[in-house]
Amino acid sequence: MQIRLEKRLEPSKAMLYLTPIGAVLVTAIVGMIVFSLIGYDGIGAVREIFLTPILNPLKWQDLAVKSAPLIIIAVGLSIGYRANVWNIGAEGQYVVGALFGTAVALVTRDMSGPWILPLMIVSGMIGGMLWASVPALLKTRLQVNEILTSLMLTYVAIQILNYVVIGPWKDPMGFGFPQTRMFTDSQLLPRFIPGTTVHWGVPIAAIVALLVWFLMSRSVFGFQIKVVGAAPSAARYGGFSVNKTIWLALLCSGGLAGLAGVLEATGPFGRLIQSFPTNYGFTAIIVAFLGRLHPIGIVFAGLAMAICVVGGEVAQTTIKLPVAAVGIFQAMMLFFLLASDVLVRYRLRVVSRGDVEVAR
Amino acid sequence: MPNRLELSGITKQFPGVLANDNVSFSVKPGEIHALLGENGAGKSTLVKMIYGIMQPDAGEIRWNGQPVVVQNPKAARRLGIGMVFQHFSLFEAMTVLENIALGMDAKIPARELEAKIRQVMQTYGLALDPHRTVATLSVGERQRIEIVRALLLNPKLLIMDEPTSVLTPQEVEQLFTVLRQLASEGCSILYISHKLYEIKALCDTATILRGGKLVDTCDPKQETSRSMAEKMIGTNLKDIVKPEGRSFGPAKLVVSKLTTKKAGHFDVPVNGVSFTVRSGEILGIAGVAGNGQNALLDALSGELRGDDANAITIDGKGVGLLDTNGRREQGLCAVPEERNGHAAVGDFTLADNSVLTARERMGMVGSGLIKTSVAKLYTDKIIADFSVKALGPQSLAGSLSGGNLQKYIMGREILQKPGVLVVSQPTWGVDAGAAAAIHQALVDLALAGSAIVVISQDLDELRALADTLAVINMGQLSEARPVQDFSVEEIGLLMGGIHGTEAA
Repeated sequence: MQIRLEKRLEPSKAMLYLTPIGAVLVTAIVGMIVFSLIGYDGIGAVREIFLTPILNPLKWQDLAVKSAPLIIIAVGLSIGYRANVWNIGAEGQYVVGALFGTAVALVTRDMSGPWILPLMIVSGMIGGMLWASVPALLKTRLQVNEILTSLMLTYVAIQILNYVVIGPWKDPMGFGFPQTRMFTDSQLLPRFIPGTTVHWGVPIAAIVALLVWFLMSRSVFGFQIKVVGAAPSAARYGGFSVNKTIWLALLCSGGLAGLAGVLEATGPFGRLIQSFPTNYGFTAIIVAFLGRLHPIGIVFAGLAMAICVVGGEVAQTTIKLPVAAVGIFQAMMLFFLLASDVLVRYRLRVVSRGDVEVAR
Repeated sequence: MPNRLELSGITKQFPGVLANDNVSFSVKPGEIHALLGENGAGKSTLVKMIYGIMQPDAGEIRWNGQPVVVQNPKAARRLGIGMVFQHFSLFEAMTVLENIALGMDAKIPARELEAKIRQVMQTYGLALDPHRTVATLSVGERQRIEIVRALLLNPKLLIMDEPTSVLTPQEVEQLFTVLRQLASEGCSILYISHKLYEIKALCDTATILRGGKLVDTCDPKQETSRSMAEKMIGTNLKDIVKPEGRSFGPAKLVVSKLTTKKAGHFDVPVNGVSFTVRSGEILGIAGVAGNGQNALLDALSGELRGDDANAITIDGKGVGLLDTNGRREQGLCAVPEERNGHAAVGDFTLADNSVLTARERMGMVGSGLIKTSVAKLYTDKIIADFSVKALGPQSLAGSLSGGNLQKYIMGREILQKPGVLVVSQPTWGVDAGAAAAIHQALVDLALAGSAIVVISQDLDELRALADTLAVINMGQLSEARPVQDFSVEEIGLLMGGIHGTEAA
């Protein structure tokens, strides 16, 4: 007996939706086994990581706050990935977005007015776009692979952050801590639901997802992105410039990563600190794929990933799971999802062994 | 003597289609047996089951009188079944010898293999240097590699899938000589083709399939091309209706000294190409594949932009600097040779594929948004007018058969009523019924006053369709002359590279 892959006539719609759910389930099962084998409470780990954040209402605001930047970044990345433009450096664009926003904050610290926060947000988006335009320029002019350049620029961005919070932007009243001044009231992102930690970034994430969904499904822009990703020759034949599309894709994903960065800085952080980068930019890559590169799917995937992040924090305190455990769970999720993707286009068929058999 | 191959009651069901319905026929030793049918008639499915790529749901295959189950192609080769596919699987950067060695089931030392190859080539008069790189070979020579590869296994049955679609007339004649010699030595040949006159010239028996069912097994020498074509499509064949001796209008498309840059290692650019197409005229461009046809089409469509606006003019306006969109606005539509991934996106629905090229001319966009209902209506019209077999505008382009996708693509461009239409291989791999429909649509468009350029390797198509003809060879175009002034031999010689009018 052997198992053979047979190509489906059309990609299976059911598998398209089922495999992400399957990937999460298989991750939980394998995680349970692996952590039991190395001496942790495996069942407890899976319970704390996947169930506690859902079952405990106190954790819901955490889920919203953690999922918002993931969703905003992942929606941006999905635009690029649809066009086969592989921006891996959202983390860097996220950091630069926060840096640009903070620069505005430092200049306007003695001023007040409702225009300051919007200006910071727009600057943050421009910062993200600027950082993403470097890989775009190198790719379109010199055919340099954007995976490498965008990733490498992430580390440049983090070094710049380290430099400014230790050097020129250090809070003079901060007892030497590597951080900037607190933002003023005009510079802080207000709460969306008073009395919770849920800030305006959460509804903004939902609006971004809806807007991009509409653009991708209905506009010529979305069509251009999809056709360049699916068949570059056909795109050229249809009158779409591949280079222009690369620019658009990188500017969109960079701008949204920058938006997420400035929202985090003005929301939960309230200032720029050295430990500002928390891998949202990388985790969002998983979210984008888990959500099938579809903005609405990404909303659900962002929530699922937030559950994993919040649950990981719970498990660290309750059952002393190491920090790396969350990373392992996230990586497994992406791995199982990509591995099971084959089922969308192929079906498994069990065939009996043997070569030429003379019948009867 | 038992039959070499005997099929009885072969049935294969795919989701939604009965690809083969109770098909039975037999092939005698040394017989050249034609398998005829429209696209989607079930020829490929049947052959794939004989060669072990698929298994029948019901029915029996007998080999030399013995019932067999052919599990996979390797098993088929072991039985003595060889196959030459329509699309070659060759590595361009490797030599002939390396390519053949890669395809062998058994490991044979290179020197021994080379001796065997030379022997096979000598026996059948196949000229080929085993040490040449494939990239430097013509299509006909590439096909010889595949034939040699099959012959090395001493096959008792050789399956040829549309082998002549890319060959010059002279190369076709050489191929037939080889096949006849093989048959005289007792090897059976299963020959799949649409070209009925070839089947009349070559084959002893013809089995005709339609809609998965066997319609007739006949002697092609007793039939006319027309009678076989009508059995294939099930109705009477329509001739191209083309008024004789009509006059043409003013020059619409004028190309002067068009030159492209070499894009890649294996690309053949065009060099100083000039021609004029008048309103109502169909210009045919003949040539063996890989002589600059792709560069010519891309340069005309706007995918390759030159630096001289007046190298291409439409109604006197220079369009050489415009992109495909700009040229469509000026009334120039084009259909490239490759259907999947170039003329259409397989993963997209037909409606989305209509948006790809017809969005501006057919008013499918407004303020940056796509009007899906307009796209659907237009796609419905294409499906109806060009009898495309598809479930509807929401079908994926990739789920259509080659011929149906081609009908859709031609319909998409023709219904935009372009002033100038440039098409490459409009009926490549398309069956007789669909080809006739496409030809008629092109003629009708010309009668309505459009200027049309047809780039094709199919001489019969060009002779039936074109008013004037030119031949492309190594990126250069011969002078265009009325099609009736050419003899087949002369076209063949021009395609092979002998230029100049003194050949006439």
